[in-house]
Amino acid sequence: MAIIEVSHLEKRFGDNTVLKDINFSVSKGEVVSIIGSSGSGKSTLLRCINLLETPTSGTIRYHGRDIQDGALPQGEFHSKVGMVFQSFNLFNNLTVLDNCVVGQMKVLKRSRRESEENARKYLERVGMLPYQNARPAQISGGQKQRAAIARALAMDPEALLFDEPTSALDPEMVGEVLGTMKSLAQSGLTMLVVTHEMAFARDVSDRVVFMDSGVIVEDAPPKELFANPKHPRTREFLSRFMQG
Amino acid sequence: MSFPSTFFGWVAFLLDKYGMVFLRGTGTTLLIALTGTVFGFIIGLLVAIARTIELRDRAPRWRKGLMSFVKGLLAAYIEVFRGTPMMVQAMVIYYGGMQYLHIDMPVMVSAILIVSINTGAYMAEIIRGGIISVDKGQVEAAKSIGMTHWQTMCSIVLPQAVRNIMPSIGNEFVVNIKDSSVLNVISVSELFFMSKSAAGTYYRYFEVFFITSLIYLALTFSITRLLRFIEKKMDGNSSYTICGSQTDSRSAISVPVEKKEA
Repeated sequence: MAIIEVSHLEKRFGDNTVLKDINFSVSKGEVVSIIGSSGSGKSTLLRCINLLETPTSGTIRYHGRDIQDGALPQGEFHSKVGMVFQSFNLFNNLTVLDNCVVGQMKVLKRSRRESEENARKYLERVGMLPYQNARPAQISGGQKQRAAIARALAMDPEALLFDEPTSALDPEMVGEVLGTMKSLAQSGLTMLVVTHEMAFARDVSDRVVFMDSGVIVEDAPPKELFANPKHPRTREFLSRFMQG
Repeated sequence: MSFPSTFFGWVAFLLDKYGMVFLRGTGTTLLIALTGTVFGFIIGLLVAIARTIELRDRAPRWRKGLMSFVKGLLAAYIEVFRGTPMMVQAMVIYYGGMQYLHIDMPVMVSAILIVSINTGAYMAEIIRGGIISVDKGQVEAAKSIGMTHWQTMCSIVLPQAVRNIMPSIGNEFVVNIKDSSVLNVISVSELFFMSKSAAGTYYRYFEVFFITSLIYLALTFSITRLLRFIEKKMDGNSSYTICGSQTDSRSAISVPVEKKEA
Protein backbone atom coordinates (compact mmCIF):
# COMPACT_ATOMS: atom_id res chain seq x y z
CA MET A 1 0.00 0.00 0.00
CA ALA A 2 1.30 3.43 -0.88
CA ILE A 3 2.16 5.77 1.96
CA ILE A 4 3.06 8.68 -0.26
CA GLU A 5 1.53 9.11 -3.67
CA VAL A 6 2.51 11.94 -5.97
CA SER A 7 0.44 12.60 -9.05
CA HIS A 8 0.83 15.14 -11.84
CA LEU A 9 3.03 17.29 -9.62
CA GLU A 10 4.32 20.47 -11.21
CA LYS A 11 6.46 23.20 -9.69
CA ARG A 12 7.37 26.48 -11.32
CA PHE A 13 9.57 29.26 -9.99
CA GLY A 14 8.46 32.19 -12.13
CA ASP A 15 9.00 31.10 -15.72
CA ASN A 16 11.27 28.30 -14.72
CA THR A 17 9.55 24.92 -14.60
CA VAL A 18 11.47 22.78 -12.15
CA LEU A 19 9.16 19.77 -11.97
CA LYS A 20 6.99 18.48 -14.80
CA ASP A 21 4.17 15.98 -14.36
CA ILE A 22 5.79 13.90 -11.64
CA ASN A 23 4.02 10.64 -10.82
CA PHE A 24 5.31 8.13 -8.35
CA SER A 25 4.60 6.52 -5.03
CA VAL A 26 6.39 5.07 -2.05
CA SER A 27 5.04 1.98 -0.29
CA LYS A 28 5.38 1.03 3.33
CA GLY A 29 8.85 -0.21 4.20
CA GLU A 30 10.26 0.74 0.84
CA VAL A 31 13.60 2.50 0.40
CA VAL A 32 13.57 4.65 -2.71
CA SER A 33 16.62 6.56 -3.94
CA ILE A 34 16.32 9.51 -6.26
CA ILE A 35 19.39 10.17 -8.37
CA GLY A 36 20.19 12.63 -11.12
CA SER A 37 22.46 15.55 -11.85
CA SER A 38 22.30 18.84 -9.97
CA GLY A 39 19.38 20.99 -11.02
CA SER A 40 17.28 18.04 -12.13
CA GLY A 41 14.63 18.81 -9.51
CA LYS A 42 15.34 16.03 -7.00
CA SER A 43 15.56 18.27 -3.97
CA THR A 44 12.60 20.37 -5.04
CA LEU A 45 10.52 17.20 -5.31
CA LEU A 46 11.46 16.25 -1.77
CA ARG A 47 10.75 19.76 -0.52
CA CYS A 48 7.34 19.69 -2.18
CA ILE A 49 6.50 16.41 -0.45
CA ASN A 50 7.47 18.00 2.86
CA LEU A 51 5.49 21.15 1.95
CA LEU A 52 8.54 23.36 2.30
CA GLU A 53 7.67 24.38 -1.24
CA THR A 54 4.11 24.81 -2.40
CA PRO A 55 3.47 22.80 -5.57
CA THR A 56 2.16 24.81 -8.50
CA SER A 57 -0.26 22.03 -9.37
CA GLY A 58 -0.83 18.35 -8.81
CA THR A 59 -1.58 16.40 -5.68
CA ILE A 60 0.44 14.68 -2.99
CA ARG A 61 -1.43 12.06 -0.99
CA TYR A 62 -0.47 10.61 2.33
CA HIS A 63 -2.39 7.37 2.96
CA GLY A 64 -4.79 8.49 0.28
CA ARG A 65 -5.43 11.90 1.85
CA ASP A 66 -4.47 15.09 0.03
CA ILE A 67 -1.92 16.87 2.23
CA GLN A 68 -2.73 20.28 0.82
CA ASP A 69 -6.51 20.52 1.05
CA GLY A 70 -6.50 21.34 4.75
CA ALA A 71 -8.38 18.21 5.85
CA LEU A 72 -5.14 16.73 7.12
CA PRO A 73 -3.57 19.02 9.73
CA GLN A 74 -0.09 19.92 8.54
CA GLY A 75 1.42 19.44 11.98
CA GLU A 76 0.18 15.87 12.00
CA PHE A 77 1.48 15.19 8.52
CA HIS A 78 4.85 16.72 9.32
CA SER A 79 5.27 14.61 12.43
CA LYS A 80 4.56 11.48 10.37
CA VAL A 81 6.91 12.29 7.50
CA GLY A 82 10.23 13.62 8.76
CA MET A 83 13.05 15.23 6.85
CA VAL A 84 16.84 15.15 7.07
CA PHE A 85 18.60 18.06 5.42
CA GLN A 86 21.85 18.45 3.54
CA SER A 87 23.02 21.16 5.94
CA PHE A 88 21.77 19.34 9.09
CA ASN A 89 19.81 22.36 10.34
CA LEU A 90 20.14 21.44 13.98
CA PHE A 91 18.74 23.99 16.42
CA ASN A 92 21.88 25.81 17.49
CA ASN A 93 20.50 27.08 20.77
CA LEU A 94 19.67 23.60 22.06
CA THR A 95 21.75 20.63 23.14
CA VAL A 96 21.72 17.46 21.05
CA LEU A 97 19.20 15.92 23.46
CA ASP A 98 16.91 18.96 23.43
CA ASN A 99 17.04 19.01 19.64
CA CYS A 100 15.34 15.63 19.79
CA VAL A 101 12.99 16.61 22.62
CA VAL A 102 11.54 19.95 21.51
CA GLY A 103 9.39 18.58 18.67
CA GLN A 104 8.00 15.74 20.74
CA MET A 105 6.93 18.12 23.47
CA LYS A 106 5.56 20.90 21.27
CA VAL A 107 3.98 18.90 18.48
CA LEU A 108 3.19 15.50 19.99
CA LYS A 109 2.51 16.99 23.45
CA ARG A 110 4.57 14.35 25.19
CA SER A 111 5.89 14.95 28.68
CA ARG A 112 9.51 15.94 29.08
CA ARG A 113 10.37 12.60 30.68
CA GLU A 114 8.77 10.56 27.96
CA SER A 115 10.36 12.75 25.27
CA GLU A 116 13.80 12.42 26.80
CA GLU A 117 13.51 8.68 27.11
CA ASN A 118 12.44 8.37 23.50
CA ALA A 119 15.14 10.80 22.37
CA ARG A 120 17.83 8.83 24.19
CA LYS A 121 16.64 5.62 22.59
CA TYR A 122 17.18 7.05 19.11
CA LEU A 123 20.39 8.88 20.02
CA GLU A 124 21.77 5.55 21.13
CA ARG A 125 20.61 3.99 17.88
CA VAL A 126 22.61 6.51 15.82
CA GLY A 127 25.56 6.34 18.24
CA MET A 128 25.15 9.87 19.53
CA LEU A 129 24.06 9.17 23.10
CA PRO A 130 27.46 10.12 24.56
CA TYR A 131 27.10 13.58 23.02
CA GLN A 132 23.60 14.31 24.28
CA ASN A 133 24.76 17.33 26.25
CA ALA A 134 26.84 18.85 23.49
CA ARG A 135 25.67 21.79 21.46
CA PRO A 136 25.65 21.64 17.65
CA ALA A 137 28.62 24.02 17.42
CA GLN A 138 30.71 21.57 19.44
CA ILE A 139 30.39 18.44 17.29
CA SER A 140 31.56 17.35 13.85
CA GLY A 141 29.54 17.32 10.65
CA GLY A 142 28.94 13.60 10.68
CA GLN A 143 27.85 13.77 14.31
CA LYS A 144 25.52 16.64 13.48
CA GLN A 145 23.87 14.67 10.73
CA ARG A 146 23.43 11.62 12.95
CA ALA A 147 21.89 13.87 15.63
CA ALA A 148 19.59 15.31 12.97
CA ILE A 149 18.53 11.79 11.99
CA ALA A 150 17.80 11.03 15.66
CA ARG A 151 15.77 14.23 15.87
CA ALA A 152 13.63 13.11 12.93
CA LEU A 153 13.29 9.57 14.32
CA ALA A 154 12.28 10.81 17.76
CA MET A 155 8.99 11.97 16.27
CA ASP A 156 8.27 8.29 15.50
CA PRO A 157 7.61 9.00 11.84
CA GLU A 158 6.29 6.54 9.30
CA ALA A 159 8.64 7.75 6.63
CA LEU A 160 11.80 9.82 6.42
CA LEU A 161 12.90 12.04 3.56
CA PHE A 162 16.64 12.53 3.13
CA ASP A 163 17.82 15.49 1.08
CA GLU A 164 21.42 14.75 0.07
CA PRO A 165 22.32 13.87 3.66
CA THR A 166 26.02 13.30 2.96
CA SER A 167 26.77 16.05 0.44
CA ALA A 168 28.01 18.55 3.00
CA LEU A 169 30.27 16.09 4.78
CA ASP A 170 33.98 15.35 4.66
CA PRO A 171 34.65 12.08 2.83
CA GLU A 172 35.70 10.50 6.11
CA MET A 173 32.36 11.25 7.71
CA VAL A 174 30.18 10.08 4.85
CA GLY A 175 30.61 6.49 5.96
CA GLU A 176 29.24 6.94 9.46
CA VAL A 177 26.07 8.61 8.18
CA LEU A 178 25.53 6.08 5.37
CA GLY A 179 26.04 3.29 7.90
CA THR A 180 23.32 4.76 10.10
CA MET A 181 20.99 5.08 7.13
CA LYS A 182 21.69 1.55 6.03
CA SER A 183 20.76 0.15 9.42
CA LEU A 184 17.56 2.21 9.37
CA ALA A 185 16.70 0.83 5.95
CA GLN A 186 17.21 -2.70 7.20
CA SER A 187 14.94 -2.04 10.17
CA GLY A 188 12.04 -1.51 7.78
CA LEU A 189 11.71 2.29 7.91
CA THR A 190 10.17 3.83 4.81
CA MET A 191 12.79 6.08 3.26
CA LEU A 192 12.97 8.43 0.30
CA VAL A 193 16.57 9.44 -0.30
CA VAL A 194 17.92 12.05 -2.68
CA THR A 195 21.57 11.12 -3.06
CA HIS A 196 24.74 11.24 -5.09
CA GLU A 197 26.01 8.11 -3.36
CA MET A 198 25.56 5.59 -6.15
CA ALA A 199 26.76 2.71 -4.01
CA PHE A 200 24.08 3.46 -1.45
CA ALA A 201 21.40 3.72 -4.14
CA ARG A 202 22.51 0.43 -5.65
CA ASP A 203 23.03 -1.63 -2.52
CA VAL A 204 20.46 -0.35 -0.05
CA SER A 205 17.42 0.83 -1.97
CA ASP A 206 14.51 -1.21 -3.26
CA ARG A 207 13.89 1.19 -6.11
CA VAL A 208 15.89 3.86 -7.85
CA VAL A 209 14.33 6.86 -9.54
CA PHE A 210 16.43 8.73 -12.10
CA MET A 211 15.43 12.34 -12.73
CA ASP A 212 16.55 14.68 -15.47
CA SER A 213 15.44 18.29 -16.10
CA GLY A 214 12.36 18.05 -13.96
CA VAL A 215 10.97 14.72 -15.14
CA ILE A 216 11.26 11.16 -13.95
CA VAL A 217 13.15 9.38 -16.70
CA GLU A 218 13.37 5.96 -15.19
CA ASP A 219 11.99 4.23 -12.12
CA ALA A 220 13.24 0.69 -11.57
CA PRO A 221 14.82 -1.69 -9.06
CA PRO A 222 18.51 -0.87 -8.64
CA LYS A 223 19.77 -4.04 -10.30
CA GLU A 224 17.81 -3.25 -13.41
CA LEU A 225 18.58 0.45 -13.51
CA PHE A 226 22.30 0.14 -12.90
CA ALA A 227 22.93 -2.98 -14.98
CA ASN A 228 20.58 -2.28 -17.78
CA PRO A 229 19.45 1.36 -18.03
CA LYS A 230 16.77 1.75 -20.66
CA HIS A 231 16.95 5.42 -21.38
CA PRO A 232 20.02 6.94 -23.13
CA ARG A 233 20.05 9.85 -20.63
CA THR A 234 20.28 7.39 -17.73
CA ARG A 235 23.13 5.55 -19.45
CA GLU A 236 24.98 8.80 -20.00
CA PHE A 237 24.56 9.88 -16.39
CA LEU A 238 25.59 6.53 -14.98
CA SER A 239 28.59 6.10 -17.22
CA ARG A 240 29.89 9.50 -16.18
CA PHE A 241 29.43 8.56 -12.55
CA MET A 242 31.04 5.16 -12.85
CA GLN A 243 34.11 6.61 -14.53
CA GLY A 244 34.44 9.42 -12.00
CA MET B 1 27.61 82.70 54.72
CA SER B 2 30.94 82.02 53.02
CA PHE B 3 31.24 80.21 49.73
CA PRO B 4 34.00 77.84 48.61
CA SER B 5 36.78 79.40 46.56
CA THR B 6 38.15 76.37 44.67
CA PHE B 7 36.66 74.03 42.07
CA PHE B 8 36.82 71.00 44.34
CA GLY B 9 35.49 73.09 47.18
CA TRP B 10 32.42 73.88 45.10
CA VAL B 11 32.02 70.25 44.07
CA ALA B 12 32.08 69.15 47.70
CA PHE B 13 29.73 71.95 48.69
CA LEU B 14 27.22 71.11 45.96
CA LEU B 15 27.40 67.41 46.67
CA ASP B 16 26.72 68.09 50.31
CA LYS B 17 23.84 70.43 49.60
CA TYR B 18 22.27 68.67 46.60
CA GLY B 19 23.33 65.06 47.17
CA MET B 20 19.75 63.94 47.54
CA VAL B 21 18.67 65.90 44.48
CA PHE B 22 21.34 64.22 42.37
CA LEU B 23 20.37 60.86 43.78
CA ARG B 24 16.67 61.33 43.05
CA GLY B 25 17.45 62.52 39.53
CA THR B 26 19.67 59.51 38.98
CA GLY B 27 16.95 57.20 40.25
CA THR B 28 14.37 58.72 37.93
CA THR B 29 16.72 58.56 34.95
CA LEU B 30 17.48 54.90 35.64
CA LEU B 31 13.81 54.08 36.10
CA ILE B 32 12.84 55.75 32.82
CA ALA B 33 15.72 54.18 30.90
CA LEU B 34 15.15 50.70 32.31
CA THR B 35 11.37 50.53 31.91
CA GLY B 36 11.59 52.33 28.57
CA THR B 37 14.10 49.77 27.29
CA VAL B 38 12.10 46.80 28.61
CA PHE B 39 8.78 48.03 27.19
CA GLY B 40 10.54 49.12 24.02
CA PHE B 41 11.96 45.62 23.72
CA ILE B 42 8.51 44.07 24.10
CA ILE B 43 7.02 46.46 21.54
CA GLY B 44 9.91 45.81 19.17
CA LEU B 45 9.54 42.05 19.62
CA LEU B 46 5.85 42.07 18.72
CA VAL B 47 6.36 44.40 15.78
CA ALA B 48 9.31 42.37 14.47
CA ILE B 49 7.45 39.05 14.77
CA ALA B 50 4.44 40.52 12.97
CA ARG B 51 6.69 41.88 10.23
CA THR B 52 8.33 38.48 9.62
CA ILE B 53 5.11 36.45 9.35
CA GLU B 54 4.81 35.00 5.87
CA LEU B 55 1.39 33.79 4.81
CA ARG B 56 1.14 30.73 2.58
CA ASP B 57 0.30 31.24 -1.05
CA ARG B 58 -3.08 29.65 -0.50
CA ALA B 59 -4.13 31.82 2.45
CA PRO B 60 -7.50 33.54 1.96
CA ARG B 61 -7.40 36.94 0.34
CA TRP B 62 -8.85 38.87 3.29
CA ARG B 63 -6.10 37.59 5.53
CA LYS B 64 -3.45 38.64 3.05
CA GLY B 65 -5.10 42.07 2.80
CA LEU B 66 -5.28 42.49 6.56
CA MET B 67 -1.68 41.35 6.90
CA SER B 68 -0.32 43.87 4.42
CA PHE B 69 -2.40 46.63 6.06
CA VAL B 70 -0.95 45.81 9.48
CA LYS B 71 2.55 45.58 8.03
CA GLY B 72 2.07 49.00 6.40
CA LEU B 73 1.00 50.53 9.72
CA LEU B 74 4.00 49.03 11.50
CA ALA B 75 6.39 50.28 8.84
CA ALA B 76 4.89 53.77 9.19
CA TYR B 77 5.31 53.62 12.99
CA ILE B 78 8.99 52.75 12.61
CA GLU B 79 9.58 55.48 10.03
CA VAL B 80 7.88 58.20 12.08
CA PHE B 81 9.52 57.43 15.40
CA ARG B 82 12.97 56.89 14.00
CA GLY B 83 12.67 59.91 11.78
CA THR B 84 11.84 62.52 14.44
CA PRO B 85 13.78 63.60 17.52
CA MET B 86 12.58 62.18 20.83
CA MET B 87 12.50 65.71 22.23
CA VAL B 88 9.93 66.69 19.62
CA GLN B 89 7.96 63.48 20.17
CA ALA B 90 7.83 64.32 23.87
CA MET B 91 6.35 67.76 23.16
CA VAL B 92 3.83 66.44 20.65
CA ILE B 93 2.62 63.53 22.77
CA TYR B 94 2.56 65.33 26.10
CA TYR B 95 0.96 68.58 25.00
CA GLY B 96 -1.11 66.97 22.25
CA GLY B 97 -2.59 64.57 24.77
CA MET B 98 -3.35 67.41 27.10
CA GLN B 99 -4.89 69.85 24.61
CA TYR B 100 -6.85 67.58 22.33
CA LEU B 101 -7.49 64.36 24.23
CA HIS B 102 -7.74 66.10 27.61
CA ILE B 103 -5.53 63.51 29.23
CA ASP B 104 -3.50 64.97 32.03
CA MET B 105 -0.84 62.31 32.16
CA PRO B 106 1.56 62.31 35.09
CA VAL B 107 4.92 63.34 33.61
CA MET B 108 6.55 60.07 34.66
CA VAL B 109 3.95 58.06 32.81
CA SER B 110 4.33 60.12 29.67
CA ALA B 111 8.12 59.97 29.99
CA ILE B 112 8.10 56.16 30.11
CA LEU B 113 5.51 56.04 27.33
CA ILE B 114 7.59 58.24 25.04
CA VAL B 115 10.86 56.40 25.67
CA SER B 116 9.11 53.04 25.18
CA ILE B 117 7.50 53.92 21.87
CA ASN B 118 10.67 55.55 20.63
CA THR B 119 12.85 52.59 21.67
CA GLY B 120 10.27 50.18 20.25
CA ALA B 121 10.78 51.63 16.78
CA TYR B 122 14.53 51.03 16.95
CA MET B 123 14.18 47.66 18.65
CA ALA B 124 11.75 46.45 15.98
CA GLU B 125 14.45 46.85 13.36
CA ILE B 126 17.20 45.44 15.60
CA ILE B 127 15.11 42.37 16.43
CA ARG B 128 14.05 41.90 12.82
CA GLY B 129 17.74 41.85 11.95
CA GLY B 130 18.29 39.29 14.68
CA ILE B 131 15.49 37.09 13.39
CA ILE B 132 16.79 37.25 9.83
CA SER B 133 20.28 36.36 11.06
CA VAL B 134 19.09 32.93 12.26
CA ASP B 135 19.54 30.71 9.26
CA LYS B 136 16.41 29.67 7.44
CA GLY B 137 17.37 26.01 7.56
CA GLN B 138 16.53 25.83 11.24
CA VAL B 139 13.09 27.28 10.56
CA GLU B 140 12.56 24.68 7.83
CA ALA B 141 13.72 21.92 10.16
CA ALA B 142 11.23 23.08 12.80
CA LYS B 143 8.50 23.13 10.19
CA SER B 144 9.47 19.67 8.99
CA ILE B 145 8.81 18.23 12.44
CA GLY B 146 5.45 19.98 12.58
CA MET B 147 6.15 23.00 14.77
CA THR B 148 3.99 26.07 14.18
CA HIS B 149 5.37 29.51 13.30
CA TRP B 150 4.78 30.65 16.87
CA GLN B 151 6.45 27.59 18.44
CA THR B 152 9.41 27.94 16.09
CA MET B 153 9.78 31.60 17.00
CA CYS B 154 9.61 31.01 20.76
CA SER B 155 11.80 27.92 21.07
CA ILE B 156 14.27 28.24 18.22
CA VAL B 157 14.53 31.60 16.51
CA LEU B 158 14.05 34.20 19.24
CA PRO B 159 16.50 32.70 21.77
CA GLN B 160 19.20 32.85 19.10
CA ALA B 161 18.09 36.21 17.74
CA VAL B 162 18.06 37.81 21.19
CA ARG B 163 21.52 36.42 21.97
CA ASN B 164 22.84 37.81 18.70
CA ILE B 165 21.43 41.28 19.31
CA MET B 166 22.40 41.59 22.99
CA PRO B 167 25.14 44.14 22.15
CA SER B 168 22.57 46.27 20.31
CA ILE B 169 20.07 45.99 23.15
CA GLY B 170 22.80 47.19 25.51
CA ASN B 171 23.42 50.08 23.14
CA GLU B 172 19.77 51.08 23.28
CA PHE B 173 19.83 50.99 27.06
CA VAL B 174 22.88 53.24 27.20
CA VAL B 175 21.34 55.60 24.65
CA ASN B 176 18.17 55.74 26.75
CA ILE B 177 20.09 56.65 29.90
CA LYS B 178 21.66 59.58 28.09
CA ASP B 179 18.76 60.63 25.89
CA SER B 180 16.17 60.62 28.65
CA SER B 181 17.78 63.98 29.44
CA VAL B 182 15.78 65.55 26.61
CA LEU B 183 12.63 64.84 28.60
CA ASN B 184 13.46 67.89 30.74
CA VAL B 185 11.38 69.78 28.14
CA ILE B 186 8.26 68.30 29.70
CA SER B 187 9.65 68.82 33.22
CA VAL B 188 10.41 65.22 34.07
CA SER B 189 12.54 65.28 37.23
CA GLU B 190 15.33 63.19 35.70
CA LEU B 191 19.03 63.79 36.26
CA PHE B 192 19.50 66.63 33.75
CA PHE B 193 16.42 68.50 34.97
CA MET B 194 17.46 68.16 38.59
CA SER B 195 20.99 69.27 37.78
CA LYS B 196 19.72 72.33 35.99
CA SER B 197 17.70 73.43 38.99
CA ALA B 198 20.60 72.74 41.33
CA ALA B 199 22.96 74.74 39.14
CA GLY B 200 20.61 77.71 38.93
CA THR B 201 20.60 78.45 42.64
CA TYR B 202 24.29 79.38 42.90
CA TYR B 203 25.05 79.85 39.20
CA ARG B 204 27.61 77.02 39.39
CA TYR B 205 26.82 75.41 36.03
CA PHE B 206 30.27 73.98 35.37
CA GLU B 207 30.66 72.31 38.77
CA VAL B 208 27.15 70.88 38.79
CA PHE B 209 27.34 69.48 35.27
CA PHE B 210 30.79 68.12 35.96
CA ILE B 211 29.19 66.03 38.69
CA THR B 212 26.27 65.18 36.40
CA SER B 213 28.55 63.95 33.64
CA LEU B 214 30.39 61.73 36.11
CA ILE B 215 27.10 60.21 37.22
CA TYR B 216 26.02 59.54 33.62
CA LEU B 217 29.40 57.99 32.89
CA ALA B 218 29.24 55.78 36.00
CA LEU B 219 25.75 54.60 34.98
CA THR B 220 26.59 53.75 31.39
CA PHE B 221 29.93 52.18 32.29
CA SER B 222 28.51 49.84 34.93
CA ILE B 223 25.55 48.89 32.76
CA THR B 224 27.79 48.02 29.84
CA ARG B 225 29.78 45.69 32.12
CA LEU B 226 26.60 44.16 33.50
CA LEU B 227 25.26 43.41 30.01
CA ARG B 228 28.55 41.86 28.96
CA PHE B 229 28.28 39.59 32.01
CA ILE B 230 24.74 38.59 31.02
CA GLU B 231 25.94 37.81 27.49
CA LYS B 232 28.55 35.46 28.88
CA LYS B 233 25.92 33.74 31.01
CA MET B 234 23.68 33.31 27.96
CA ASP B 235 26.44 31.53 26.08
CA GLY B 236 26.27 28.73 28.64
CA ASN B 237 28.94 26.19 29.40
CA SER B 238 32.06 26.24 27.34
CA SER B 239 32.44 22.52 27.86
CA TYR B 240 30.18 19.54 27.54
CA THR B 241 30.23 16.11 29.10
CA ILE B 242 30.51 12.87 27.23
CA CYS B 243 28.35 10.46 29.16
CA GLY B 244 29.29 6.81 29.37
CA SER B 245 32.30 5.31 27.67
CA GLN B 246 32.34 1.93 25.99
CA THR B 247 33.87 0.29 29.04
CA ASP B 248 32.10 2.13 31.81
CA SER B 249 28.63 3.50 31.34
CA ARG B 250 28.92 5.69 34.44
CA SER B 251 32.01 7.52 33.36
CA ALA B 252 31.73 11.12 32.37
CA ILE B 253 34.39 13.01 30.47
CA SER B 254 34.22 16.75 30.30
CA VAL B 255 35.28 18.12 26.95
CA PRO B 256 36.34 21.74 26.96
CA VAL B 257 35.58 23.60 23.78
CA GLU B 258 37.37 26.60 22.47
CA LYS B 259 34.98 29.50 22.43
CA LYS B 260 34.21 30.97 19.09
CA GLU B 261 34.36 34.73 19.20
CA ALA B 262 30.79 35.96 19.13
